[in-house]
Amino acid sequence: MAYALSSPSQRVSSRPGQTAAVLVIALFLGVFLIVPAGTVIYTAFTDKGTGTFTFVNFFDFFGTDLFVRSFWNSVYVSGMSVVWATVLALPLAVLTTRFEFRGAIVIQTLGFVPLIMPPFVGAVAMQLLFGRNGTVNLLLNDRFGFKLPFMDGLNGVIFVQSLHYFPFILINLSTSLRNIDRSMEEAAQNLGASGFRLFRRIVFPLAMPGYLAGASLVFVKVFDDLATPLLLNVKDMLAPQAYLRVTSVGLTDPMGYVISVILIAVSIFAMWVSAIAMRGKDYSTVQRGGGGLSRRQLGTGESVVAYGVVMLILLLVLSPHIGLLLLSFATVWSFSPLPDAFTVAHYGRVFGESSLYIKNTLIYASLAGLIDVAVGGAIAYLVLRTRIVGRRWLDWAATSALAIPGVVLGIGYLRTFYGVTLPDGTPLAALWVMVVLALAIRRLPYALRACYAALQQISESLEEAAENLGATKFHTVRRIVLPLMMGGLLAGFVTSFSTAAVELSATLMLIQSNSDAPIAYGLYVFMQSPAGRGPGAALGVIAVVMVALCTLLSHYVIERRQKANGMAK
Amino acid sequence: MDAMVTGTGLAGSAKEINIRDVDLFYGDLHVLKNVNLDIRPGEFFAFLGPSGCGKTTLLRLIAGFNTARNGQVMIAGKDVLGTPPWKRDIGMVFQSYALWPHLTVRKNVAFGLEERRLPRAEIDRDVNAALDLVGLRHLADRRPAQLSGGQQQRVAVARTIAIEPKVLLLDEPLSNLDAKMRVQVRRELRDLQQRLHLTTIFVTHDQEEANTICDRIAVFNDGQIQQVGTPMELYEKPTNLFVANFLGTANILNGKIGGAGAAKTFEVEGGGVVPIPEGAGVPANGKLVFRPQYATLGKAAEGAVRLPGTIVHREFLGATVRYGVKIGSSEVLVDQPFHSGASLLETGTAADVGLQPASALWLAA
Repeated sequence: MAYALSSPSQRVSSRPGQTAAVLVIALFLGVFLIVPAGTVIYTAFTDKGTGTFTFVNFFDFFGTDLFVRSFWNSVYVSGMSVVWATVLALPLAVLTTRFEFRGAIVIQTLGFVPLIMPPFVGAVAMQLLFGRNGTVNLLLNDRFGFKLPFMDGLNGVIFVQSLHYFPFILINLSTSLRNIDRSMEEAAQNLGASGFRLFRRIVFPLAMPGYLAGASLVFVKVFDDLATPLLLNVKDMLAPQAYLRVTSVGLTDPMGYVISVILIAVSIFAMWVSAIAMRGKDYSTVQRGGGGLSRRQLGTGESVVAYGVVMLILLLVLSPHIGLLLLSFATVWSFSPLPDAFTVAHYGRVFGESSLYIKNTLIYASLAGLIDVAVGGAIAYLVLRTRIVGRRWLDWAATSALAIPGVVLGIGYLRTFYGVTLPDGTPLAALWVMVVLALAIRRLPYALRACYAALQQISESLEEAAENLGATKFHTVRRIVLPLMMGGLLAGFVTSFSTAAVELSATLMLIQSNSDAPIAYGLYVFMQSPAGRGPGAALGVIAVVMVALCTLLSHYVIERRQKANGMAK
Repeated sequence: MDAMVTGTGLAGSAKEINIRDVDLFYGDLHVLKNVNLDIRPGEFFAFLGPSGCGKTTLLRLIAGFNTARNGQVMIAGKDVLGTPPWKRDIGMVFQSYALWPHLTVRKNVAFGLEERRLPRAEIDRDVNAALDLVGLRHLADRRPAQLSGGQQQRVAVARTIAIEPKVLLLDEPLSNLDAKMRVQVRRELRDLQQRLHLTTIFVTHDQEEANTICDRIAVFNDGQIQQVGTPMELYEKPTNLFVANFLGTANILNGKIGGAGAAKTFEVEGGGVVPIPEGAGVPANGKLVFRPQYATLGKAAEGAVRLPGTIVHREFLGATVRYGVKIGSSEVLVDQPFHSGASLLETGTAADVGLQPASALWLAA
């Protein structure tokens, strides 16, 4: 009871309940995150035959041309994706935050659209639009007699990924720009700076932390992504190599584990860079009463250029969606700028045969979302409202899932749970529940942040008032904390749900039979064959609509929540 | 003038500011209404008024961050309204200080000089001089976040005066400081302004700040200048009820003008007649105005007029006791000096308020 004694003003805890919660969560995280990830790392450093500690696997890795090439390809593709994502995001962010720009909200909203579709889904549509014999190149060839290699090899991966992930930079950069107080800019003008010099010396440095946060996120996401290169038939990158080694050579091949360790290391490195960039640089300078940067009016000539640039970018960004929509209604689309004819047959087929995928997705994503909200809410409460031993560890463990790519978690589950069998002989790893757990673990860090935010908004005095009036800890949580957190929890649930619904990396490893597969897996299977593209696209459109609805719902919930907050506080 | 200041060239010749017929709109909102103002060279001038009165708007117009619909703002005889902010050479210290968090103190102060493409040696010299002037040279390599509020404020001042501005604008520079720092910093500002002999405009909503450091004050309300004058003039001779109320405490009594010829009187609502001294200006619908310390309770001195009332509350303020006295439907405040052993009047008792007609004013809204 030392804790309670050392701080008498803090709550006197009802220990058994809290202790039980800590133990259950620790068990969950231990079995489904720490042990699988640990197993992967352990295996990478273990000699295959003797089981002794060794670096030999890493020497093998760096001695193999294919792997070294894959490594540098992954670095190159991630780096170039960041560059192109920046090229797309920078004009949108600057124009919408610093100028009187009609439709700024539309742009900001449309800018998010790419995120609600897994990148690999767009990849097929992009082939048809920008590929060697796609719409754009056919037209270029017709008019000007040349083609551009948008989608050839690594270019294709870079193109698809930068279109898909640029919102991360857009969101972070726009937020940073908006958080700069206008007096920062006015002070510089007052002292004689203007135009591009002002932007270079004051505005951009102040927005830099936000940009770096977004850029490092893009780098990691692209580095870890499995499905997009696979679908574009690019195999000499790290994540596809890990997948191929494990699925074709087998679970005992150490190379898959070595690659996994490298993926984890790169993730941690990128997060570390981002943390360094952010440290001590909370440049959010908005003063009370002050608005962000002052917006400048665009001249007529400037407007034409600005709107032209924005339209071009938006068209590019939405092209995967447009292509997918066309494809889902197309009879035949090959070697022609547009499909030959249109049909709804694909949707009929999808709803007929493949409603199983939709049903599975709804079940898996809902369960994953529920687990995340329950675990995330519990951890948030333990960290923010109790002083129980080990609460920080739970937080760190849950957050560390950020560093574990889906493909690595999948490999970890296979390695850890394949040996464990149920009484009827099926390996534990083959159960669909494993997919749910993997999805839940992957999304937990995000749900946890949502839960923290929700709980931090509740004044502790509201709970103290309940306790003062005779409510026990448990009753206080049930009657005061939970109702007040509900909006935040719901938002967390929707975020987990909508991202889990389109996740593929871990799923691809763990799904053993078609009847257990969710949409993302079905899409992947469909998109492999030319005949499956139509139904695949239809399934993709359904997935996009489903996720879009969820995103809208979460926006709605968060907004309502914010309105209600005025009363809660 | 201080040898160091002149030596670095930080002091220049003071410029006058003339504001002519300025009208300014935010959309349809008429924020500044036909503002005319002359600020003398080297003057420490205050814009005083409640929030939303237009004082900061005018300041930002002078700096170039607002646009007037019509009128002129002349610095040393030259209209600057067509000049962009970065070409005006008008130094402004922002309410939030607006120190750039990504630059050190030295870099912040050097910024304006670098924008002017001065040689490096000159920049270093001027930066050091400016930092010496505010006593912060030893903190030159810190970041703004590592400084206290008072220090940040001084960096903001140093950054502004380093460019040797034509005039200095201070937008509520004391509002982010605690009460104790405020007194110290306002003295420092006054001192600095005197040494640099720099025409300075100080925006504030606090009459004490304006009174203590400014040569003259323009009182703003509702987008218009109500009165311009020295602190004493504004206190002693306010020209309307707003100024009388905004600077210090004022008692206001309704009534009507009576009498004839030279012997005019003011018949106070609720009883009492005050003879209006010869030469006193009495506007139509004028009301009787007097300060609490100019009235007495109980025995009235010779020549004083007695206004019958009832004591409704009493506050002990230390050096004085402040009584609230109900006269008719109005309530006035009367300050009586307090000394030990003084007998206090109880609430509920009747008491006459004694007033010398010479210390009364008649003002309209």
